[in-house]
Order: sequence, then structure tokens, then C-alpha cells
Amino acid sequence: MTWLLFAEQTLNGLQQGVMLFLMAAGLTLVFGIMSLLNLAHGSLYMVGAYVTATVTQASGSFGLGVLAGMAAAALAGGLIELIALRRLYARDHLDQVLATFGLILFFNELVKILWGPQALFLSTPEILSGTVDLAGTPYPAYRLFIIAVGLLVALGLRVLIVNTRVGMLIRAGSTHREMVGALGVDIARLYTIIFAVGAMLAGLAGALAGPMLAIQVGMGENILILTFVVIIVGGIGSVRGALVGALLVGTVDTFGRAFLPMALRAVMDPSAADTVGASIAGMSIYILMAAVLMIRPRGLFQAYGGT
Amino acid sequence: MASRRTVVLTLGLLLLIGLPPAALAFGEPFMVTLWSRILIWALAAASLDLILGYGGMVSLGHAAFVGIGAYTVGILGHHAFEGSAVPFLPGDWSGSALALVQWPAAVGAAALVALIIGALSLRTAGVYFIMITLAFAQMLYYFFISLPDYGGEDGINLWQRSEVPGLDTGDPVVFYYVCLVLLVGFLVLAKRLVDSRFGMVLRGCKQNEARLRALGCPTTRGKLVAFAIAGAGAGLAGALAANQTEFVDPGLMHWTKSGELIVMVLLGGMGTLVGPVFGAAALLLLEEVLTGITEHWMIILGPLLILVVLFARRGIYGWLAGPGARDG
Repeated sequence: MTWLLFAEQTLNGLQQGVMLFLMAAGLTLVFGIMSLLNLAHGSLYMVGAYVTATVTQASGSFGLGVLAGMAAAALAGGLIELIALRRLYARDHLDQVLATFGLILFFNELVKILWGPQALFLSTPEILSGTVDLAGTPYPAYRLFIIAVGLLVALGLRVLIVNTRVGMLIRAGSTHREMVGALGVDIARLYTIIFAVGAMLAGLAGALAGPMLAIQVGMGENILILTFVVIIVGGIGSVRGALVGALLVGTVDTFGRAFLPMALRAVMDPSAADTVGASIAGMSIYILMAAVLMIRPRGLFQAYGGT
Repeated sequence: MASRRTVVLTLGLLLLIGLPPAALAFGEPFMVTLWSRILIWALAAASLDLILGYGGMVSLGHAAFVGIGAYTVGILGHHAFEGSAVPFLPGDWSGSALALVQWPAAVGAAALVALIIGALSLRTAGVYFIMITLAFAQMLYYFFISLPDYGGEDGINLWQRSEVPGLDTGDPVVFYYVCLVLLVGFLVLAKRLVDSRFGMVLRGCKQNEARLRALGCPTTRGKLVAFAIAGAGAGLAGALAANQTEFVDPGLMHWTKSGELIVMVLLGGMGTLVGPVFGAAALLLLEEVLTGITEHWMIILGPLLILVVLFARRGIYGWLAGPGARDG
């Protein structure tokens, strides 16, 4: 019984982890290469979720919805890069914080105007709505699907960065920006593409989260802050760090919520244990972050370029 | 010969002193409440400027300390009204409704929390610092949401404003002047602080911390003290904010409030202490005007902020008081 619960929670943690990875990968790439702190990354997640929900409801196909959500997020990301953010690469982080904060306000209000203040709900697609039998326990197929997609994306990113020409440019651009430009590479276009790819991954995360969460204004900020914790733990600019950090944060959060109240029941009365346990569980990832910073102030993995 | 800066500051102060009688004479008592709110957020923004403008520490979690201050007042008032004991304190002290107890407690609690968060966050710098202050502030936000005894997400009502013997703090005009006196007091104190040796160390940290450390200055300690003082100022603002609305909820410490505080500092002029007062007035008045035009005023404010970042870098105070107003 306990073993099964443990296995189930491990999978839940893994699922939350890969979702966080999809967010963290884009954010950390954009920071590592353009040294831009993009607070509006969560807004792209929100755009992905809303567009997916709308297209899925209109067309009846979740697959089509996800593609539309990713495309919309990539488009929105590319546009804000072209219009505003590319002017901020050379500015200090304070200016970037302020400008992207402005973008968040804009996106939140735009979504409120287009879709209204009510939350949207999306049902799990037919094929994935069942459960899979794992050694006698039923486990939701949709969660397994998310884990698979997330791990595939992680693998794909690794191949992209290590084995392709674009990946070579990305690595070179993160350490020797001027040199790459001097060799005739269109840096501005490369940056727009990287930004759009990061946005697309955020859109994918939003699209996949759709059937599990209420789709509402502000959903982007909640996950943005978790993503920050992931990046701090993993080390800014490192995609490998983002993966390790995301899985660590996902697991700690899930385990904290599942087992802390239970563990505390052994030492105090049940209702108090539930309240206190829930409070501490909510803080567990921040405690993890503080602990990592104690040992390694720059995160577990260093990026190529530093800073 | 008065400098342009002195003229701007004197005029500004005279306007603030004369505002309540003028507002009442024109039959606009609402203006007194609005400007009290501006003064309170100006205090919070000025405290942020101390670390942001002088120390170069970009904290995206400053509203957390405002919230701690507000909750201190809310919780002490709540127990004083109910006559129940305040939890987590030795003995069974049942709070107090006196400003002389509540406000110093709010300042102390905020300073203490800032000291802890600062000690952890200052192990990092730059963009890590931005993210980690944001993360800790959100942690506190969720902590207060999960406190059912104090209203959780709905917040708690104050039964009355903090009592100051001999003053009717319930009266909007009296309360306005209380806020004004505290704001000016904080500004004078902060100005003396940044002009002192300690202030030199703080400004040095912003320019070249490594060199300062090489000279034998304990820079991290200096930054931590500044962080705690800034937290204390925000705690005082929180105590006043709780009193003004007679209501405390976790929304006060939401990270968008921290973002707004940064906006106030930059809009008014960073590293000037007085600038954030102008910034707070500009932002809250803009909000007032824009909400009159459309319910979706943020769709205008957002792009406006981006334009400010891209094109107007000196802030309102720098623009009013001319060049060289940095250390006003």
C-alpha cells in the first residue's frame, strides 16, 4: 500500500517536474544567451492555454488545439521580441524587469478582454482520459502522456543544442556573442528564433496544463515563480540544470503535499497536522531553494558563459 | 539663491501640507483619502529606493514587508478586540490597539523578516537576487493565504484604527497628517543615512563591490543592514496601509504590488529618495484617471511602462529638479 502510494507520488512529481522543465528551458535559454530576464514568460504559457482551449472546443481535436496553442505562443513571443524586448538586451536587469512587468499587465488585461474574467475548463481528450494499470494501481493516462512529451522535448533539446548547426550557434552565441556576429551570423535573427522557440515551449506547457487546471488570468504568474525556483536551484543558463532543478522541485513539492500532513499526524492531532502540514508543504520548495543556495550560491549547474 | 531642487522640494511639501483644507474647501473629501494612500505607498517606495537606488539591490519582493507590517497591526488588533492570547509569543499577551505598541511592532517584525530573507538572498547577486526575493515574497504570500485563523485569502477586518492618545486617527484629515509626518520623518532619516559613512559604503557597493571588499569593507553586512532598514520602512507603510483601509489581506503582499513599487521608484527617479514620492503620486493618480476612462486600464499602463523604460530614464524628479538631483 505505502509502496504503491510512493510510486504514484513519484510519477506525480515527475509529471509536475517535466511541466516545469518546459517552462524553465525557454526561460533559461533566453537568459543564458541574451541575458534577458523575461517576467512575461508566464504570459506566453497563459496564451498557449487559452488558445488551446478555444481551438480544441471549436474543432473538437485536442491535438489541433495544442498545435495552435504552441503556434500562438511562438508568434506572441516573436512579436514582443521584435517590437520591444530586443531593445533591452543591453540594458540592466532592472529595466528588463520593469518592461516585462508592463508586458504582463498588458497580456493579462488583453486576455480578460478577449475571453472574459471567468475561468475556462478543458476536458481531457478521449483517448487519454482513461487510466493505465501500473502493477495493480490505476494511474491517469494523461499524466503519463505529459511525462512522455516532456522527456521527449528534453531529449530533442539536447540533440538540437549538441548536434545541430543552430545548436552550435546557440552555444557559441552564449559565450562569444561579438565573435559569432563577426563571422557573418545574423545574430538578431538567431535571437528572435531562440526567443520564439522558448515561447513555443511555454505555450506547450500551457496547452498541456489546460485539462488539469482552471484556465484563468494570472495562471502564468503562479508557474513563473515556480520556474524561477527551478532555475535558481538548477543554475541560470543551463538547460541540464533546468531539467534537474525541475524534477527536484516537482518531486519535493509533490512529496511534501502528499506525505507531510501524514507524517505530522504521528505527532499531533489530525486537523492541526493537516493545517500545519499544508503550510509547510507549500513552503517546502522555497526551503529547498534556500538549502541549495547555502551550498552553491549559483545553482547546481553552471552554464557555459557564467553570469 | 535657492537651487531648483530646493524650490521643487519646498513647493511639493507646501502643497502636501495645504492639500486637506483645500480639498475640503472644494468639497472633495475623497482627495484626502486618495492622497493618504499616495503618502503611504510613497513611504514604501522610498524605503525600496534605499536598497534599489543606493545599494543597487533589485528586490522584487518588497511588498512582502508591507504585508508583514499590515498583518502585525491586524493580528495585534484582532487579539486585543477578542481578548485572546497572541500565538507564538511567551505568556498570554492579548495584543494591543495602541499605535505606540502596534506600529513599532510592525516595524520590528518587518525588519526581522527582512533580516532573515536578506541574509539568505544576499548570498547571491544580480538576476538571482531578483528571482530569490520574488520567490521568498510569494512564499510569505502563500503562507498568509493558508492561515485560516486570520481570514486566509479573505483577509481580516480591523475593528478600529490604531489608537494615538490625543488624536482621532479615525478622522481622515488627522490620519493624512499622521501619514505625512511619518513619511517626512522617514525621508529625513534616510537622507541622513545615505549621507553618512554607511551610505557611502552602500553606494560603493552599487558601483564596485569587489573593490570595496578589497579595501576591507564588510560589504555584505552593510547591504544586509540596509535591506533590513528598507524592510522596516516598508513595515511602517504596511501598518499605515492597514489602518487606512481598516482591512488586511494577502493581496497587499502579492508580487504585482512589489512590481508597482519598483515602477514608482523608477517613474519618480531612482536613487533620490524624494523621487519615489513623485512616482507614487504619478502612478496612483494615473490609475485613478485611467480607471475613469476604462475598466481595462492596465492595457494602457502596461505599454506605457515599456515606453518609460525605453525613453524616459531620469524619472519625474530628475526632470523637475534638473541634472545633479541624484542625491536629493
